[in-house]
Amino acid sequence: MAKITFITSDNESITIEGNSGSVMALAVENGIKGIDGDCGGVCSCATCHVHVRPEDMEKTGAASEIETDMLELDDNANEFSRLCCQLEIGDHLDGVVLKVAK
Amino acid sequence: MEKSKLPDPFEKARLDKGYGEMNDQDDPVTMLLRHKDVRKSAHNFKTFQSGAQPGRIVVPSEVNIRDTRQIPFEVDPPLHGEYRAIVEPWFKRPLQEEYQEKLTAQITSLVDEILNKDTVEVVNQFALPLQSRALTLLLNTPFSESETWISWGTHVFRSEGEALDADKANILYDYIDAEIGRALENPGDDMYSILLSSDFQGRKLSKEEVKGVMVLTFAGGRDTVINAVTNSIAYLAEHPESLKRLRQEPEIAVKAVEEFIRYFSPLTQMGRVVTEDTHVCEHAIKADSRISLCWASANRDASVFENPKEIVLDRKINPHVGFGFSHHNCLGATHARQILKILLNTLARKVKSIEIQDYKENIEDLDEFERKVGYYRMNVKFNKLT
Repeated sequence: MAKITFITSDNESITIEGNSGSVMALAVENGIKGIDGDCGGVCSCATCHVHVRPEDMEKTGAASEIETDMLELDDNANEFSRLCCQLEIGDHLDGVVLKVAK
Repeated sequence: MEKSKLPDPFEKARLDKGYGEMNDQDDPVTMLLRHKDVRKSAHNFKTFQSGAQPGRIVVPSEVNIRDTRQIPFEVDPPLHGEYRAIVEPWFKRPLQEEYQEKLTAQITSLVDEILNKDTVEVVNQFALPLQSRALTLLLNTPFSESETWISWGTHVFRSEGEALDADKANILYDYIDAEIGRALENPGDDMYSILLSSDFQGRKLSKEEVKGVMVLTFAGGRDTVINAVTNSIAYLAEHPESLKRLRQEPEIAVKAVEEFIRYFSPLTQMGRVVTEDTHVCEHAIKADSRISLCWASANRDASVFENPKEIVLDRKINPHVGFGFSHHNCLGATHARQILKILLNTLARKVKSIEIQDYKENIEDLDEFERKVGYYRMNVKFNKLT
């Protein structure tokens, strides 16, 4: 089980507990504003872009090459960017804070 | 297994030089073929613009058959973003449960209908009615409107063997003008009325702007959806194991839809007008010439996709560009994805097998290349699951 906190663009903070699946799916199920997950999690749409709180990067790890290629063309991307469809929920993610990019 | 295959005619050129050349009505197009170049150029709206003369970024060019600017499609940022923000919430409605229930009811009734026939011509008797009926949900107009749209035939602008058809385009424009007139007199909760009452830069959208959005909605989602549906039927006919798998694991339909969009690439390419002298793949491109972003080629790029020539039903990482990429990605994608997902799950639930009897392929002539994009017609027999 992991507690994951989303901070939306209007600075609302929402903490949700998840057991399995992707962080994107968790966000969509809970109607987190700015996470659309249009492609269902296959890394083709970039509508689940989050900025990981710097101290949590150790827990999430860095973006994969395929994510980086995608994010490279997003004007809003930085070194803390991840596509959260590529983050699998597990104990290791407990306590992470993700700022929704959109 | 050959009938449902969509060959990749771009492979050699993509590997050898990265681009192709197509002369389109004396306004030549340099086709970008590599995934990376396609995505980069789609993102770079300053050098590769959409807001050119209306119709020019479409390949084949529509400059001779229309003056109406399609919105937000033929507008560049930042103005593009302002238009897009107005229409985006409307085009996300397919995510609502109620919308999906109505779409499921439509598709279920159509599938039940064809299951009782000996032979079905998929393009005209299945894909076209399916697309037209579903469009009544997207537009929030009466179901009966779909009969008018079905009567127009499979293409809004194109006829078999003819790249552009001005008469057909006029039927659409006249229809949209009349509908806008109706909505002005009797506003309701349909898309025309909602657009006419939308605020844009401190005023309401004009009739011409509303027409631009409506033309885009009709034209962009017609032969693309029809091709996607017809190709899906052809694939499932030759892959009963996939039909069975979708029945046992309905949750993979979401991934299957993305893979179908990658493999079928219902829209082969989209153009841009070049605003300054530049280079792509060491090839010089002059200002005021055209490039195209060849989605169909990018989606078979082996440097990005493993086994690009195969349909991998549950492909996990699939950064396809079948719905375009960046600012101008497909506005109707949410609707299209729901149509295909519900179609796959409905067929899996009700159909045991599909037999292709005869067919005529729709092959696009792209000058240097010929690409199969779907079928003009395909007769099949659906066998019920009992």
